[in-house]
Amino acid sequence: MTGKNRQNYNKNYIAYVNSFDPPTEHFKNCFRAFLVGGFICCIGQFLREILEHAFALSGDELAGTVSVILIFLGTLLTGLGVYDRIGKSAGAGSIVPITGFANSVASPAIEFKTEGLVYGMAAKMFIVAGPIIVFGVCAGTLVGLIYLFL
Amino acid sequence: MHTIFFENKPRIIATGTIAGPKECAGVVGKYVDKTLSDDTFGETTYEKAECKMLAYAVRKTIENANLSEKDIDLLISGDLLNQIISASFTARDFDFPFLGVYGACSTLAESMAVAAAFVNAGYHKRIIAATGSHFSSAERQYRYPLELGNTRPPQSQWTVTGAGGVLVGDGGSDVAITCATLGKVVDFGITDVNNMGAAMAPAACDTILNHLRDTGRSVDYYDLIITGDLGALGSRIVKDLTWEKGVDMQKNHVDCGEIVYDVIEREFQGGSGAGCSAVVFGSYIMDGLKKRKLNRVLLCATGALLSTVSSGQGESIPCITHAVAIENI
Repeated sequence: MTGKNRQNYNKNYIAYVNSFDPPTEHFKNCFRAFLVGGFICCIGQFLREILEHAFALSGDELAGTVSVILIFLGTLLTGLGVYDRIGKSAGAGSIVPITGFANSVASPAIEFKTEGLVYGMAAKMFIVAGPIIVFGVCAGTLVGLIYLFL
Repeated sequence: MHTIFFENKPRIIATGTIAGPKECAGVVGKYVDKTLSDDTFGETTYEKAECKMLAYAVRKTIENANLSEKDIDLLISGDLLNQIISASFTARDFDFPFLGVYGACSTLAESMAVAAAFVNAGYHKRIIAATGSHFSSAERQYRYPLELGNTRPPQSQWTVTGAGGVLVGDGGSDVAITCATLGKVVDFGITDVNNMGAAMAPAACDTILNHLRDTGRSVDYYDLIITGDLGALGSRIVKDLTWEKGVDMQKNHVDCGEIVYDVIEREFQGGSGAGCSAVVFGSYIMDGLKKRKLNRVLLCATGALLSTVSSGQGESIPCITHAVAIENI
């Protein structure tokens, strides 16, 4: 909350406004995120066990199938208007898992459907998830290079 | 001198308001002309719904004044969406001239001041000043998609779904607009787009102090000093700021954003948006003026003049407040 426009920057006022900032409830937020995030991970693990023992999947096939099911569930809950309600109180607990990523792609897709399928839905689909993909790929490349030369 | 005085005392003949379900659960519920049960108003998009609400408010204002569309000389309107599309698309439905204004959430006071000036000068007999906003269209333009599972920061406000129209004319009512103080743009360097109350409070303070200085009035002259959408935090700040300058408005200050919702919980600091002051003034406050429960009010609609581009480029938020004095005579 700092002013880049130095001409207008009123230091006393900003300090005064900052004094009203309610303290972040770290413990409460972490606890909720732990519960919801942990629950999502439990579902993932449950799916994994089932697929492994009942359908005899393994390795990459197993991991991929679990991810696809979780992405589907995240998208479905977004479409049903449930995921944003979970996210309001769960915070990082529902944003960080792969279901949160599905939500960040599905929600703009629903929102911009009104501007058409191509220039609306398809073009705006990645406005939230785009940066995650860009920096994810960059970080992945960097770590890969380090790994190559080590 | 920032204040203009209207010697011919242009009157407020009628108002027309419409508000969403969440808003009508609060104090304005009993006073608005129409409550929406469905926030899309039967339309396919939220932008169309906003436009339809604004058109409804204009028509209802004319109806409440027992006039017909041909009696209206001009529509002055604006809204929050890019290129003020709701206002101009609403004007498409009517056969009278249209003047588009933009003052973000201060649009109601701005358009009422311009309307009063036109009527006072004798150019027009009856002018409608109208504005509105919609939570979902504003959210989409300024923030994130509705279904995104993010958390809202505690300083944030909730854009009001609603619209209101005010018919300003040269007679036919006892409620008059006596003067207007046009605000200057004030920016104290707040860059947090979720903290509109803190960004707008200095502008509100500036206009209120200028108004009192120009008119020689004290705070006690008014039954109510109404700010637009400062919210709970912004209201507290504006009272602190004016108190620092020796003006105590603890007793008779009220903020539309702070009172519009029944229980402020999910909305954190309260309501915001152009529709906030339009709905609260057009219904609740106007009812008090007509029944003479209130006799003198100062409506100070506050607006944050930012865009997603300016905040993306790290600019601070310039804000404005226009005030109109409304008195029973």
